[in-house]
Order: sequence, then C-alpha cells, then structure tokens
Amino acid sequence: MSHHHTAPTGGIDPRFTVGVALDGAGWHPAAWREPSADPAALFTAAYWTALAVSADTAGVDYLTLEDSLHVQGADLTGPLGVADPELPPRVRPGIVEGRLDALLVASWIAPRTRGIGVIPTVTTTHTEPFHLATALQTLDFVSEGRAGWQLRFSPGAVDAAAFGRKPAPEIDLAAVLAGRPDPGLAELIGEAAEVGEVARALWDSWEDDAIIRDVATGRFLDRDRVHRIDFAGERFSVAGPSIVPRAPQGQLPITLLAHAAPIYALAADIADVMFITPDSVSQRAGASRGRGVAELVAAVRAAEAASDRAARGFAPLRIVADLVIGLDTAAESAADRLDRLNTLAGSPYESDTRVFVGGASDAADLIGAWHRAGVDGVRLRPLSLPNDLTAIGETLLPLLRERGILPAADPQPEGSRDLRGRFGLGVAVNRHAAARAGSATTPAPSTTTTEAPA
Amino acid sequence: MSTPEPKRQIHLVAHFPGVNSTTVWTDPSAGSQIDFDSFRRFAETAERGLFDYIFLAEGLRVREHGGRIHDLDVAGRPATLAVLTAIASITRHIGVVGTLSSTFNEPVELARQLASLDHLSGGRAGWNVVTSPDAFHGGNFRRGGFLPYADRYLRAEEFVRLAKQLWDSWGADAVLADRSSGRFVDPEAVRGVTHDGPQFDVAATSTVPRSPQRYPVIVQAGDSPAGRGFAAANAEIIFSRHTGFADGQQFYRDVKGRLPAAGRSEDSLLILPGASVVLGDSAADAHERSREIGFAQTSPQTAIAWVEAIWGRELPGLDPDGPLPTTQPGDTEQRQGQVSTRVDDRIARAEQLRARAAAEHLSVRELVVAETAAHSFVGTPEHVAAELDRHVQGRASDGFVLVPHLTPHGLDEFVDRVVPLLQERGVFRTAYGSAGIPNPTLRQTLGLPDPPGLGAISGVELVDAVVSSSEGASA
Ligand SMILES: Cc1cc2nc3c(=O)[nH]c(=O)nc-3n(C[C@H](O)[C@H](O)[C@H](O)COP(=O)(O)O)c2cc1C
Repeated sequence: MSHHHTAPTGGIDPRFTVGVALDGAGWHPAAWREPSADPAALFTAAYWTALAVSADTAGVDYLTLEDSLHVQGADLTGPLGVADPELPPRVRPGIVEGRLDALLVASWIAPRTRGIGVIPTVTTTHTEPFHLATALQTLDFVSEGRAGWQLRFSPGAVDAAAFGRKPAPEIDLAAVLAGRPDPGLAELIGEAAEVGEVARALWDSWEDDAIIRDVATGRFLDRDRVHRIDFAGERFSVAGPSIVPRAPQGQLPITLLAHAAPIYALAADIADVMFITPDSVSQRAGASRGRGVAELVAAVRAAEAASDRAARGFAPLRIVADLVIGLDTAAESAADRLDRLNTLAGSPYESDTRVFVGGASDAADLIGAWHRAGVDGVRLRPLSLPNDLTAIGETLLPLLRERGILPAADPQPEGSRDLRGRFGLGVAVNRHAAARAGSATTPAPSTTTTEAPA
Repeated sequence: MSTPEPKRQIHLVAHFPGVNSTTVWTDPSAGSQIDFDSFRRFAETAERGLFDYIFLAEGLRVREHGGRIHDLDVAGRPATLAVLTAIASITRHIGVVGTLSSTFNEPVELARQLASLDHLSGGRAGWNVVTSPDAFHGGNFRRGGFLPYADRYLRAEEFVRLAKQLWDSWGADAVLADRSSGRFVDPEAVRGVTHDGPQFDVAATSTVPRSPQRYPVIVQAGDSPAGRGFAAANAEIIFSRHTGFADGQQFYRDVKGRLPAAGRSEDSLLILPGASVVLGDSAADAHERSREIGFAQTSPQTAIAWVEAIWGRELPGLDPDGPLPTTQPGDTEQRQGQVSTRVDDRIARAEQLRARAAAEHLSVRELVVAETAAHSFVGTPEHVAAELDRHVQGRASDGFVLVPHLTPHGLDEFVDRVVPLLQERGVFRTAYGSAGIPNPTLRQTLGLPDPPGLGAISGVELVDAVVSSSEGASA
C-alpha cells in the first residue's frame, strides 16, 4: 500500500493545503453576538458572497459549507436527536438556528469566485443518490472544475422522521466509542458507501468524448461512450447514466470528516480527502478523544492499507487536520475574546477538534508541527466570522507562505484551477475509457457494494 | 362610449433550449448546452429583454430509443436547482423557475432547497411542479417504480400542501438576531410540522427561515382533467401546450373557469403556452427560414425514430423520403423512454398520420416536420408582435414561454427586434420594477397576488414541539 509520500496517480506531488470551514456566524455558539458579526444577514446571498470572495482573494484553497436536514437545536438534545421522533425538534433561542442548503449556497458562490474550491456538505442517508450526484456535477460545471463534496450521513431519529421513509438505525454509542462493531453504524456506513459508489459510477457514465456532434451521421452522441450503471445495491438501485455529461473534473474530490475507525475505512474506500480531529480532550471528539496528529495519521494509513483503493486507481488519501481558530487582533487577544464568548454562551466552548486561540505566529508553529507529523493540510474552522476569516487571510496565510509551509505563490497556472489539482489528486481516469484502453494500471473501480466494516 | 380598458400586459418567459429535437445542434453557431457560459449568455439576453423569468425543463433519465441511448438529439443537462442558483447569482431581476418532479423528490428536502433559492435570489424563485409517473424515470430513484397514473396528482397535491406548511412554519419575524438579549430566534415563532398522510409521514422543523416570497411561484404543466384541477387549486402559472388562438381561448376559458370554485380570482393564475418564433425581413423570408429550421430540427434519422416510437417497433429500411409504413403499429406496450410523447391508441394515431400524409402529399420526413416542427409564430417582427398581442388581448393566453431552437443565443433576435415593438404597443414593460418597486420579487414582476393564508388542511397540522431540555454532547 502506498504511503502518502508516494507520488499519487498522475505523478503530482501533493502540496500542503489550507481550507476554511464556514458555518453560520462561526464555530463558537455565541459568535453571532460578536460586534463584527452580522447575524441578521446569515440567510442572505450578500453574507455568503462576502465570505467566499474574502477567502478566494486571500488564496484559501477551498471552503466547506456545513449542512444538515435538522435545526441545530436538535443536536443539543443528544447525539442521536430527540427522544421522541414523532415530535419535530424545537429551535433554541440562544444559538444560530437555520441554514440554507449548502449545495445551493455553493452554487451561488461559484460564479462569483475565481480560484477557490467549493465543497458543500450533502448527506447520504435520506437523499436520492441520483439527485445528489447530478447536483454535484452541476456545481462542478458552474464553478468550472472547483467543486467537491463533503459526504456525511445522518444518524439521527430527527432526520429519519423528517423523511419518514425508514426508521433511523439504532446505534449503541458506548459500543462505537469503545471501538466495538455496531450494526446500526455499519448500516449507515454501508449506505454511505453505496451512495459514494453510485455517485462515482454516475460521474464516469459519460466518457469525455461522448458528445460528438457528427453532422454527417446526424448523431449528437456516441452512444457507446454513454453507459448505464445498473447499480443494484442492498438499499436502492440506480439505472443511470447520469443526465449530466462528464463534469470538468470528471470525478469530484470526495471529502469526509472522521473520528472513528469504521469511518476511516469508509474514507479509504470512497473518499479522496479525510478530515481528522486531533488534540481534542472533549467528549465531542468521540473515538478521537485525546489522540494526537501522529497517532491519527497512523490509524488512517492503516485503514488505507486494508483497503484496495490503490488497485482501484485512487490516489493516496489526503489527510487534513481540523483546527478551530481564533486569532488575536490589535484590539483584543483571542483568549479574551473566547472568554467573553464563553460567558455569553454560559459554558466553555468544546469542540471535536483542537481549539486554538492566539497569535498568527503561534498558529503557524502549530500548523508547521502538524505538517511535519504527516498531514497534507489543515482545515481552519473560524471561531467567529467574518473577523477570524479576515485575520487568516491577512496574517496567517502570509506567514505560512513565508515559512515555506505554503508555496510562495498560488502554484495553479492560469486556466488550471481545479480542486483535484489543489489536492494533488491528478487527472481522474474514466473507468470506461481505461477499460477500453485495456490499461492494467488503472482498472475500472467496481460498482458493487462496498462491504460495511462490521 | 366608455373609456377603453387598459391593455393587457404580455408576460414573456425564456426557456433554455436543451434536450429535445427542436434544438438545432447542427447549426454552425450552436454552442454548448451544458457549459455555464451558455447559461450566462442566455440569461443576460433574457434579462436585457426584461423577461419575467428563465425556465428550465427537467428530464431525470437520458432518453432511450429501442432500448438503447437515443443519440440523435441534444442529450445531457444540468441538475435544475444548482444551475438555477448559479443563474440567479449572475443576474439581478429576472426570475428563475425550474421543473422539479413531485414524484421523485421528498417534501422536506425540496422545500428547503426552494426556500434557499428564494433567499439567495432575493425572492426570484419558482417551481414547475410536474408529476413523472413512469417506471423508466423511476429506475434512477430509491422509490424505484412509479406511482399509478391516478395517484400522481394525489402525491403532488399532498406534496405542495406539506411544502407550504414548511414554508409557513417560521413566522415573518422569527429571526430576532438580538445581540443584547442573546436571542437569535424567537422559539414561539417557529413551529414544527407533523404530517401523516397517504403519501408522506413527516415530523420536521424547517431549517430555513421564511423566504422573501414566502412560497416560490408555483407553476404547473399538464393537461389532463386532474392536471387542470391541480392547477386551479395550486398553480399561479400554467405552462401549456395550447399555442393556437382558438385552442388557446378554449383552454384559457376552461382553466380560468375552474378558479372560482377554488376560491380564486381570474388574475391569480397566468396561462403561458410554449411558443416558437421564426422572424424574417418579409413574410416570405420568414416562412422560408421556418421551413429550413424545420428540416434542421428533423434529420432523416430523427424522422425515422419518431415514426418508430409511434409504431412501437423498429422499422428497418424505412425511407425518410418515402411513404409511411404499410404495416400496422405493434400492439405491445410502448417501450418506456421512447423519443416521443405517450401514444394511447397507436393504430388510430397511425391512421391519422396516413390521412394527413395522403392529403398533403408528404413524405415521412415532411410529415414529421409538419407534425413536430411547425413554428407557432412566423413572420416579420411587426407581424409577430401584433400576433402575440392579439393572443393576449383576446384571452388566448397571458403571454408565452419562448422556446428558441438555438443554444445559447436563440433569443437574441427576438429581444432585439420584437421586444421594442411590444413596448411601443404599450403591452410590455420598459424596466423591471416599473410598478414603483425597486427590487421586485418574481411574484411582483408577474403581477400576481401574494399567496393567501393557509386554510384548514386535513392531514396536516402545526404543532409546538416538546423536547427535552438536557444538553448532551454531539457526536
Ligand atoms: C408544456 C409542458 C411541459 C412539461 N415539462 C415537463 C418537464 O420538463 N419534465 C417532466 O418530467 N414533465 C414535464 N411535463 C409533463 C407533466 O409533468 C405531466 O406529467 C404530463 O403532462 C402528464 O400530465 P397530465 O396528464 O396532467 O397532462 C410537461 C408537460 C407540459 C404540458
């Protein structure tokens, strides 16, 4: 199994990446009360446009957009939603409630930005795999090759009740945290794996040169280069082909946040980029609690070695460490700000990943140390918006460039700003084109069900 | 003599020309039907022409013919909501309306997506509610199969009612965003929705606050009595196939006549037939262009595929320049996903086509051109403007959904040459928001009344949810 220092398919050496994770007014629950926040604007296009343009201008590699199909307050009633799924969850007055659909926010941002990758969160649990796959392809068209997908599944009874199609699986949290197999979790992971497989198969269902516009024969398409996928899994079937021709990137980068071994295995099977959560002492870190970068990287690489991803032509997983970040300003130290926000919230902020508050120089030290410990990038979750995003662009990124952690200039040549390139994933090989060429090195990934790790 | 009534205003919709046999992809100037530049170019023209909205159709499976991918027409299109949102991002005033199936979506998800589009676009969203009752399209979806024909509007009806409950479940002032009190949202103003009906069993709290239009503008496209009944109860626009004057008047009277029973006024529903326009410097010039475009829209291969679809069988050796086949149509079920509309009685349809071909001395290809590529309005810009006006003043329609045959610049000539004439006639706006509203919503651009309050709806109730107040960790 290839190690991450091995050059991926296509021979492109991955460079370190810095992304930002955007959500509401920032990751602190009281962030919306910051003087610099604009809480009344959270549901406007202007708000999201300004954040995206700021990150794009600063040279951030990509942004992710959080999403879920339930209101945020439902998460506070317990990890798996309200006790009684017959009743809809109630909103909480003190936190930001409500979200716009992440994929559509990304579609809005895309034509207004130039280089930044746009990665919305879309769940696999209740959505239609066909809609999800084609909408992401469309995002790749409207962004001209800058789209990705943050894959998520929705374990909660709240989400299941909102769709009413099937009950939520029962998950034994204690078992999951203890690293024991759990059939409920395995079911969700199995479904996510199927949806990922279907998406990838649909993305390959049109070959690059399927549209021939051959006036002489009257044929718009070469029907031999458009393929049904005929996926028949345990939970659903999808005939295909996609309604969308092959997207600019062919295969969009699939990203996945993972705290636990079964999800590392899912990432190894279907994802390109994995977000890990090192150095958190909080319960929220789940199975990652108390584990450092090196330990998590080793665990992910072990999961990767147990998967057949190289045989399926995938580049090694890019491992990206998440970091909540609040940066000092001239007016106030970030530590004071965090204290103030905690007081407003009524409890100290805890995250599933490390929370950093301080100066840009210390932040750059930490990121440099993580880089040396084997991660391919960091995803910064700004404590509050827009001020921490502004500070990331103005102080932290220049420092990372100065120190050589990031390249001095955007290495993407004009006209090649695709997200795969940023992650060093190489050009996606179409499975049908590869099979036609009889290539032994890049066999077609199978469309069969990936076994859920039990 | 009484004072003359003010002239009825024409509504114009720009249908992005995509997947169908009317799109002439063989034209040397034809561009991509999928690259975003095409949508940008098309949207800019439509907005320059002050159109009410840009419209996208939907097809949830690549069409097949005789069990294989149909390779003659443009195929491949974007997913509706994602591309509409991007179009809204690069325009300012024009509406964005998309076709989205009530059969292959789920209410909680689609309602939040449409509300999100309405927020992002500043109130310019619309939804063409179509029912897609066939197993061919169902092959791409979790629910698999399909709904019985009789049930598709039952689901559509329940879907729209539930969606409206979700759109109404955040009060207008629910978002307080009050820093000093620490109250972001007023919990009293947000209610969960529970619904237990034949089609859906849902308990949810919407994640999207009330959007600028509250509901997207609801459009319907369907012709059956059930479809017309659904439209009279729910739709604010009907996208119809009735483009002819007399036929249009009849449809117009029928549908508007159904409104009072639904407690609605005549001006709460606009009827907009699909129309194709061919312009020329003279009448003769326009008719010659129409003929040429018709043959470009119907290649010899397309003509054969069209006849095969109606005959329900392959017709090897059929000469496009010869007569219709003498064999009778097959009596097996028509294969799903064929390149044609549904044919209920293929023997009768074949007789009808034979009669027309004989009476007008038409070859197979000429017949198919006459049947499918007949353009709605052909003539000089002056003639076309006068005709459009006549249809609207004569209550054959309230405007038109223009379906150009070229991507992406098929609307340019109409915008440059016909729109100014409509403006001169005083039947088309000269600016958006001319009613004194600087940033009109789509509903305001269309001159439609605000959505009425919800009446009592059986099977759906709003509840104040009770939840445990204990705070736990989130996994
Ligand atoms: C003008 C028009 C446009 C339509 N566009 C679409 C479309 O884009 N996608 C789709 O799935 N169905 C479309 N339909 C089909 C309708 O959704 C409906 O299924 C069909 O008309 C049968 O309904 P009916 O029995 O009420 O006529 C369209 C129908 C009409 C009349």
